[in-house]
Amino acid sequence: MSDTNPIRDAIAEAIRDNPTILFMKGTPEAPACGFSARTVAALQALDAPFAAVDILPDPRIRQELSAISNWPTIPQLFFNGELVGGCDIVLEMFESGELAETLGVEQAGDADAVAAPQAGGPAPLGIENRLS
Amino acid sequence: MPTTDEIKRRIEAAIPESTAEVEDWTGTGDHLRATVVSPAFAGLSRIAQHRLVYDVFGAEIGGPIHALSLTTRVPEQQA
Repeated sequence: MSDTNPIRDAIAEAIRDNPTILFMKGTPEAPACGFSARTVAALQALDAPFAAVDILPDPRIRQELSAISNWPTIPQLFFNGELVGGCDIVLEMFESGELAETLGVEQAGDADAVAAPQAGGPAPLGIENRLS
Repeated sequence: MPTTDEIKRRIEAAIPESTAEVEDWTGTGDHLRATVVSPAFAGLSRIAQHRLVYDVFGAEIGGPIHALSLTTRVPEQQA
């Protein structure tokens, strides 16, 4: 394929440049899907710094992301360039303590914290802004 | 939109010696939850285990199957 693919390139670059990055529906402050909300809550309960990309503004973001990751659903959490998992895996790892271990943070929160996501958190990375 | 029975049948047909329990989380058929147990998962990462299940449905995930939440396990005696 000789076509350039700026969206795929921007996604690959974002995964490369951010040690912990979450592709989600909506933003950490305003998740647009329960699965994304629960994944954000797990990261926030660990005080894990993460970049977030809203996949909703352009359907091609999701298409290209899934092509890169070979993973069909949203959210998708990457750490050091590797797919950690979607909501099910991230929550299972959070509850077992593996998520903190994988991300190299202290497990300060508990599973109950996931039900009550906190406001704030890092500013979302607006991948769509890179594409104009 | 596939029924929970159909999802169960297709998983069990595709993944060797698997048993699947599929439930409809919301009652509307668009948020399904499956627990799949198979010796085929032994030695695989969670990502790889879930991919085996997702691969059964391909592009239907995110389409006709809006959301399929997964728990995968190897049978107890082989864990």
